[in-house]
Amino acid sequence: MNIINLFKVALRAIASNKFRSFLSMLGIIIGVAAVIIMMAIGQGSKESIRQNISQMGTNIIMIRPGADMRGGVRQDPSAMQTLKVEDYKRIDQEKRFISHVSPEVTASGQAINGANNTSTSLYGEMPEYLDIKQWSVSDGECFTEEDVKKSAKVCLIGKTVADELFPNGQDPVGRTLRFKSIPFRVVGVLKSKGYNSFGMDQDNLMIAPYTTVMKRVLAQNYLSSINCSALTEELTDKAIEELTTVLRSNHKISGEADNDFTIRSQEEMMQTMSSTMDTITIILVVAAAFSLLVAGIGIMNIMLVSVTERTREIGLRMSVGATGLDISNQFLIESVMISITGGVLGIIVGYLGTLICNKFGLPTSIPLWSILVSFAVCTVIGIGFGYFPAQKAANMDPIEAIRYE
Amino acid sequence: MAEDKKVIIELDNVKRNFIVGSETVHALRGVSFKVHQGEFVTIMGTSGSGKSTLLNQLGCLDTPTSGEYYLDGVSVRTMSKRQRARLRNLKIGFVFQNYNLLAKSTSVENVELPLMYNSRYSAAQRREAAVKALQAVGLGDRLNHKSNQMSGGQMQRVAIARALVNDPAVILADEATGNLDTRTSFEMLVLFQKLHAEGRTIIFVTHNPDIARYSSRNIMLRDGKIRSDEINTNILSAAEALAKLPKPQDD
Repeated sequence: MNIINLFKVALRAIASNKFRSFLSMLGIIIGVAAVIIMMAIGQGSKESIRQNISQMGTNIIMIRPGADMRGGVRQDPSAMQTLKVEDYKRIDQEKRFISHVSPEVTASGQAINGANNTSTSLYGEMPEYLDIKQWSVSDGECFTEEDVKKSAKVCLIGKTVADELFPNGQDPVGRTLRFKSIPFRVVGVLKSKGYNSFGMDQDNLMIAPYTTVMKRVLAQNYLSSINCSALTEELTDKAIEELTTVLRSNHKISGEADNDFTIRSQEEMMQTMSSTMDTITIILVVAAAFSLLVAGIGIMNIMLVSVTERTREIGLRMSVGATGLDISNQFLIESVMISITGGVLGIIVGYLGTLICNKFGLPTSIPLWSILVSFAVCTVIGIGFGYFPAQKAANMDPIEAIRYE
Repeated sequence: MAEDKKVIIELDNVKRNFIVGSETVHALRGVSFKVHQGEFVTIMGTSGSGKSTLLNQLGCLDTPTSGEYYLDGVSVRTMSKRQRARLRNLKIGFVFQNYNLLAKSTSVENVELPLMYNSRYSAAQRREAAVKALQAVGLGDRLNHKSNQMSGGQMQRVAIARALVNDPAVILADEATGNLDTRTSFEMLVLFQKLHAEGRTIIFVTHNPDIARYSSRNIMLRDGKIRSDEINTNILSAAEALAKLPKPQDD
């Protein structure tokens, strides 16, 4: 029988059992929709994280003390004191692939203004830090290199700190607040950045000259990290190489010895996050794919019922000249049609589902390949799970089939 | 019967054994006969006589355990399933006791069915042949009736049209009047006699001895062997018998 007639026969068989065919399609619809929604959520989250990270600047390079083993015990990076101001100065002098560099020391504690207080973090930085992070000052201005040299007690504050300590619309610029009982004059307020994708308030911070924080707040002579920005994103690798060379020579590390610092780029972080999201996506999709497997078994079940029900018809077709192949094709096409129709409906339902997810604030993005893959999977399911029932039909003995009651 | 006519069917010592459990059942114990073109043969026998087995042989649905069967000059015994399907498609028209029409399909669609499996027919040719066959059985006005909208007699006419549509070498009828009342049975016999008169070869398997009187030849089977094979010199007219039947009381 030619292919057009096979399709007609299959279509008629499906149409004459509409409800039953729809129920077996439903499994496929749900399975495909689930796979598409999961992929869309996975892909959407990945893209949104990427976007968030790249907003922080894709060319940022962070140097932390680390990879330090003492007596076989790996040390907590924050407890290590290997990064020094000299490291920063030498990087600053010898930089070639680096546009900005800023040392960093951090302290956390209570900031107080009169009766108002808030818990916040104080970052000791160079003014260049704002260039690295691509942050800007909305009110007032940044402290100067002069302030850094003099270890001036001046600071920039984030929006949250400004709101907490200076309620009722007072202008914080020029006022003095206390951090750990040390007075700081507010020189500027940072532009609000809101929450980042990890749920951290990016406006709850104070920035002061690193010298001030080192000497007056923490009384320490080491840095907690150094932040740099590469000239361009593409030069990040070269910049990392450069930093490694400088730091190794500064720390007198030679030959095969391990670094006593860790350099990480934003790009690297992005990749780590992406691969984490990939893993989560794969888990979600695999879970959804199991529902497709179950749907396939459903189709096989319904096809077996259909074959048994139509035993006489099969016997008749064989006695008027249908070959086993004709019969097998007839049932295969029927199951493929059920699964592909289910697949197409599933793609539509999945698309609507992602729109709904989007409405509820989940970032989504349907990758085109997920639609193609769903389509291919449905065809494979139709053939795979239709094969056994089709063979059962094709191998019937026409003599027995035609007399089947 | 004119011996110079073409031999359509030739059986040469056909045996068919079935193995049921540990026993061998001899359904056919060596059957030989020839059927010439244009014969209307009834094959009779009680149940267990081997007539169903013989019909399966003649219809190429089964192959002999031993012996030879030539259909239109072709040996069937060594054919594959696929080849036999093709042979059935081209050379044989079946008429079954319970009609075996496709549900929810029109007369034309049912009659077209054998041609669906013959790639030489286009859709238009299929329809044309189906309409012609339906007209030949007197259903020219019921082309698009569905099988569930028809009476038993009409359904059997559709089935006969389906058997005619591929212009077969032989029409095999299996108890084709078994499910019909007397009047409709005679109507069918009239139709079969008409086809016979048109030169078709018909083999009619039945256990009803009356039917033999309307055929040109009668083969009796018993215990897997031919007990008698007689040419009927006094063929009764089914049309006359039908006319003598009392008119139906109502409808």
